[in-house]
Amino acid sequence: MSDTPTRSSLRSQRYGTAQPAIVVDHVSKWFNKRSTRSFKESFINWVKRKPVRSQQFQALKDVSFQIAEGECVAVMGLNGSGKSTTLKMVSGVLRPDDGEVLTRGRVAGLIEVGAGFHPDLTGRENVFLNAAILGMSEKETKERFDEIVAFSEIGDFIDQEVKHYSSGMFMRLAFSVAIHVELDVLLVDEVLAVGDAPFRAKCNAKLKEMASEGITMMIVSHSAGQVRELCSRGIVIRKGEVIFDGPIEDALAVLEQK
Amino acid sequence: MTGGPNPDEHGHEDDIPVTTTLDKSAFNTPGQGRGLFDVFRYRYLLRLLIGKSTSLRYRNSALGWLWSYVRPTVQFLMYYLVMGGLLNMHGRVEGYPIYLFSGLVVVNLFNEAMGTTTRSIVDNKALVRKIYLPRELFPISAVVGAFIHFLPQLAVLIIVCLIFGWLPSLASVGLLLAGLLLVLTFVLGVGLLFSAMNVRFRDAQNFIEIIRTIATWSSPIMYTWVMVHDHAHRFPWIFEIYMSNPITVAVQLMHQAFWSPIVPESAQLGWPPNFQWNVIAAIGVIIVMTVIGQLVFRRLERSFAQDL
Repeated sequence: MSDTPTRSSLRSQRYGTAQPAIVVDHVSKWFNKRSTRSFKESFINWVKRKPVRSQQFQALKDVSFQIAEGECVAVMGLNGSGKSTTLKMVSGVLRPDDGEVLTRGRVAGLIEVGAGFHPDLTGRENVFLNAAILGMSEKETKERFDEIVAFSEIGDFIDQEVKHYSSGMFMRLAFSVAIHVELDVLLVDEVLAVGDAPFRAKCNAKLKEMASEGITMMIVSHSAGQVRELCSRGIVIRKGEVIFDGPIEDALAVLEQK
Repeated sequence: MTGGPNPDEHGHEDDIPVTTTLDKSAFNTPGQGRGLFDVFRYRYLLRLLIGKSTSLRYRNSALGWLWSYVRPTVQFLMYYLVMGGLLNMHGRVEGYPIYLFSGLVVVNLFNEAMGTTTRSIVDNKALVRKIYLPRELFPISAVVGAFIHFLPQLAVLIIVCLIFGWLPSLASVGLLLAGLLLVLTFVLGVGLLFSAMNVRFRDAQNFIEIIRTIATWSSPIMYTWVMVHDHAHRFPWIFEIYMSNPITVAVQLMHQAFWSPIVPESAQLGWPPNFQWNVIAAIGVIIVMTVIGQLVFRRLERSFAQDL
């Protein structure tokens, strides 16, 4: 990460004429409706003069926005509107077909927490593996290990194989790892339906705390209550296009109408 | 900008790309790695990924790591009985068991690494689809994992050779390391190519089966290079192509490291003619394959998450 500005320098610019933390610039994305899965199918389609790479549909149309450092922005829209695609683009999992996405600082996501968990490994092994997957060093993980375990309320189960966990315990541990990653930009995707009510409240409190520390957040959510609490600005996406970008209350109102 | 978000400030209605006015040097483009060079930056994660796959490999199996010894031993016995006994290679090659075994481990390493590397991206689909990591990490950890898995076989080989009177020498160790390096770098190049293609076309992992069969029989493991040389005497270039296969070169190095020292001088086969050129050609093949593999991988990597 030698080419990345340090956290302190990023934060210190927060109240100055800081550069944005996320830039999404005229981004378009197409997906294949159906892609051929074998050489044979491709070959048959080619012989029959059917398209080998089948028809595409446009998931995002010329989407542009910037998120300033320390800002907390909600991206909203109906299912299939392209909000998760936008988030995946910022996280780097998907690449834009047109336009450009730029980020500054360390980006990590609460996107499908637990993706890197392996059921046959113990909780402890999974914490280290996933922290590394999310970009933490060995030293950072060791320093925060107790904090992670305490937050997850897993207790002695940490040395058990994860397959013996209840689904709630599993999600709590996965979420706890993700939320303790050292980062500058946090991407959140619908994961806050995690665990029971007290744990959800704790997670929301933690997110608020992070927001107040100046961490940039981009949140994809359907929950108006949560979004209202955390975000000051909302971006509404419909059928791959940005139809509104402004104060959160107005964004929620726009969303209601549709 | 943090105080009051004002839609006008974000200026997304502008037709001029905003990035023309930005100092891009402070930014990263998400999802754009630096290919194989990223491995050095992610070595801690790489270590954990390798540790995970090796510790999980024999989880829930009764014999566990013993399988790593059982499989090559059975395979060796079969070839030994059929090729050595029935087809009478014993009479033609002095110390045939060692000759066979020292070549066989190289091909086993290649075949094992080829299979796991080709499947590496598809097997890690959960991660590839959801979290961005330099995707080269998966084929690389598969190659290293296959190498770790190969070590028990190497240990058996060394023990057997010691029993047959082999004495470790600097030359032997050098030849062994050179041979292994050739195989591993070759697998990495080919593996990058196939692991990327396997995402779109699962045919790749079946195609690998063919490559494994070819690899087993196209190197002088059960027969000797002299036989190929004699058969190809009218078309010497065929022999040169045959000998320039990186696996064949590696097998040859292994024979010189383990087999030649324990058989009498008269029974040794020596180096094939022009072997130095075969080595250079093999290194060339590896470099070309790695460059092609990396280029194709980077090209296809852009759509891994949506194709899986």
